[in-house]
Amino acid sequence: MPDRVNKAEITCTVNGETLSLKAYPMARLLDVLRQELRLTGTKEGCGEGECGACSVWIDGEIANSCLVPVLQVAGSEIKTIEGIATGEQLHAVQEAFISCGGAQCGICTPGMVMAAVNLLERTPHPSETEIRMGLAGNLCRCTGYMKIFEAVVRACQATGVKA
Amino acid sequence: MKKHLIGRPVPRKEGRAKVTGQARYVDDLVFPGMLYGATVRSRVPRGRIKGISFGEGIPWHEFTIVTAKDIPGENYVALIAHDQPYLADGAVNHSEEPVVLLAHPEKYLLEEARRAVQLEIEALRPTFTIEDSLNKKEIIWGEDNLFKSYSVEKGNVDEVWARADFIVEGEYRTGAQEQLYIETNGMIAVAIPEKGVTVWGSMQCPYYVHKALMALFGLPADKVRVIQSETGGGFGGKEEYPSMIAGHAALLAWKSGKPVKIIYDRAEDMAATTKRHPSRTRHRTAVSKDGKLLGMEIDFVIDGGAYTTLSPVVLSRGTIHAPGPYFCPNVRIRSRAVATNAPPHGAFRGFGAPQSIFALERHLNRVARAIGLTPEEFRRRNFIQPGQTTATGQVIRENVNMNHLLERALVLSDYHAKTARFARENSGQRRKKGMGFASFMHGAGFTGSGEQYLASVVELEATPQGRVRVLAASTEIGQGTNTIFSQIAADALGLDYDSIEILKPDTASVPNSGPTVASRTCMVVGKLVEAAALGLQQTLVGSGYLPEGYTPAGFERACKRYIESHGPLKSSSQYQPPPGIHWDDATYYGDAYGTYAWAVYVAEVTVDTVTFEIEVNDFVAVQEVGKVIHPVLAAGQIEGGVAQAIGYALYENVVWNEGRMFNSQMTNYIMPTAVDVPPIRVFFEELPYSYGPAGAKGLGELPMDGAAPAIVNAIENATGVSIHHIPVMPESLMEALAVTEKAVERA
Repeated sequence: MPDRVNKAEITCTVNGETLSLKAYPMARLLDVLRQELRLTGTKEGCGEGECGACSVWIDGEIANSCLVPVLQVAGSEIKTIEGIATGEQLHAVQEAFISCGGAQCGICTPGMVMAAVNLLERTPHPSETEIRMGLAGNLCRCTGYMKIFEAVVRACQATGVKA
Repeated sequence: MKKHLIGRPVPRKEGRAKVTGQARYVDDLVFPGMLYGATVRSRVPRGRIKGISFGEGIPWHEFTIVTAKDIPGENYVALIAHDQPYLADGAVNHSEEPVVLLAHPEKYLLEEARRAVQLEIEALRPTFTIEDSLNKKEIIWGEDNLFKSYSVEKGNVDEVWARADFIVEGEYRTGAQEQLYIETNGMIAVAIPEKGVTVWGSMQCPYYVHKALMALFGLPADKVRVIQSETGGGFGGKEEYPSMIAGHAALLAWKSGKPVKIIYDRAEDMAATTKRHPSRTRHRTAVSKDGKLLGMEIDFVIDGGAYTTLSPVVLSRGTIHAPGPYFCPNVRIRSRAVATNAPPHGAFRGFGAPQSIFALERHLNRVARAIGLTPEEFRRRNFIQPGQTTATGQVIRENVNMNHLLERALVLSDYHAKTARFARENSGQRRKKGMGFASFMHGAGFTGSGEQYLASVVELEATPQGRVRVLAASTEIGQGTNTIFSQIAADALGLDYDSIEILKPDTASVPNSGPTVASRTCMVVGKLVEAAALGLQQTLVGSGYLPEGYTPAGFERACKRYIESHGPLKSSSQYQPPPGIHWDDATYYGDAYGTYAWAVYVAEVTVDTVTFEIEVNDFVAVQEVGKVIHPVLAAGQIEGGVAQAIGYALYENVVWNEGRMFNSQMTNYIMPTAVDVPPIRVFFEELPYSYGPAGAKGLGELPMDGAAPAIVNAIENATGVSIHHIPVMPESLMEALAVTEKAVERA
């Protein structure tokens, strides 16, 4: 970005840690996460908000980080794929993605897991339609989605809630 | 020792890294002092380069600039022919052709600079269609615009027309399709003239890139190193084009002395890299009144784009699959791959077969109707049987039973009851429902003598700790290479899954096990893994260190003792063709493939006759694939392939404008989402194949072949409208329905 634009100081929380960043205000949140914070689990698939590979949570809402200027997240709480497991303990959705075959090439997987966990936090017992709608913003070219749907269902079962 | 992993859904080897975001793809890698690279492209579909100028307002002295004259070796992408330059020199033949490369540490400035490079190109008349190319309106490639042609002759097709009870003709077309892996193409290169060239990147075929870089830089094999980073999908789209990007990154690195990263954004990836070949197929079919095929004449043409790339081999597979899983005594196939001024078309799952099978499976429904049989009864009378010969004279030796697959698929989809019910209920309804199916096969591994030429090698190496490493160039691109190789090696050696390590493909340390294409990784390379594992075991047994009925602990002790007294414990295995396989390239006659996977797919659709939307409501995929190594991965391949083929049939429309992809965005090139796909129900039949690991065959491409014709057959069943091209966009359905209504009014 040209020198005429000054970097701004932005404070936000990322995966529970409060950070003070210097970034160009219109820099994409995606680039700040990947390049400044080296949180490369968030992927770029299209750069135009279609594929969902860059999905993160901003104050609990799922968002395409490629469409969010970093200035907009000042004061916000951000969660990325790196914040989903608890230490070595994977989240039930991550476990289910492994056991059901929900991840193939893996490039959509972080975004897909962010969307699936977000869905289950809002709707602990989703119907099939709710699962499909909840993941409709995340494109997967490998699986045909069947194993991803299965993984979401298995994750509900694993967390002890009955659909 | 125990054998217990094959056939079980063990966890994906690299699954944990993928679900936690820890897997490292090329764009996740950063090198100190790294520059970013960008490509300036022709924008003119055909012409002569008159000049290159660099616009004002850009600090050009900060940039590394590479043109054709900077190339140290040969200016072609080494593959089949040597016609495609790395950087255009004098002539341009498509509008995405690379002409100038730029590198700079600052991405944003790089993009401004890319736009400031002006190419002065004298335009020549371009060719964009198969017809214009065949008619030689302009000669744009070679002497006749033909990259390749084949002719297959069986029996005497000329004498059948006179005695045929029915002769049915038809023409069918398929459009281009973008692979649309979610990770775009990208490479990082380090190149130092006295040391050599190393690249890291997203790819299917490390040794293709290796070969191409050797020619580009005029370097010996040991001065070029290619390392695969985690790869976010390929589907054929990362078979050949990675050689181009690797070369570009390396040229910039060579000149600048710094590491250079080139990552395509989505628009560049969609527009510039290869897509599935558009096709046109003409059928003329002779049938007796009892519904037996007497003769088939097939004219199959694919649009190869501006350069040869893989078109001869795509054409070959499409040609051999064109007559499908049927017996016909007299067959003539003429096929051609033609040049146009579009970016070269290339490998995409199925590799020519989805095109020719779409045509055949639509055409056979037309033939069945003409002779008054149901589509299923007509096929039943003509399915190929063991002992019969294919169009290339291959005797079917395996115990294939297409009738059984058809029956099972029709039962599982409730085909008969549903077709009867829909026929009753559709009348007068706005939303009409229909059922359709397709029967097909897919040859596993390279065509003809391809595997013999490749002569692939796999190595296994044991450590003193009793761990076994698999060394192969076969890439994990999501399909499960790491996992199935581990299962195969572990079972052959009686070890645990976790005792097997798969080395990351790196040409400095793994042998050439061939490209990761053609449904060959499990069947061909997996067999080499199995053989090398057994070789390792024999070495240990022969040395006296490994007792019969050993435990993993016993294996570890044996490895330790062997390595202490004899040094490294390695075993390698090289491809040998199965006995009795013969192929003649000159006459195109013989055993085209060692074996085939066989399938019948059934689709249920709803067509809205007001909005022209088409929904697929249910999908049944029944296939015989030999032994299933991993049921979850195998089903995942079929489900993913069917979803991709639903896109091919209904959504994925590449819009061309003067030879450029006009809709090179995910916003307007539409692939199936989580709300678009039906339940995809997958059923396997397993007839073990003697020359695959544990009896496995290839299956990765199979699902791409049959879904599109099944869906379009279902659309016909629902509406009575016969559509002969894909994708079936709402507007083309609207047109077809209007034509049919007019015909009905006139009648």
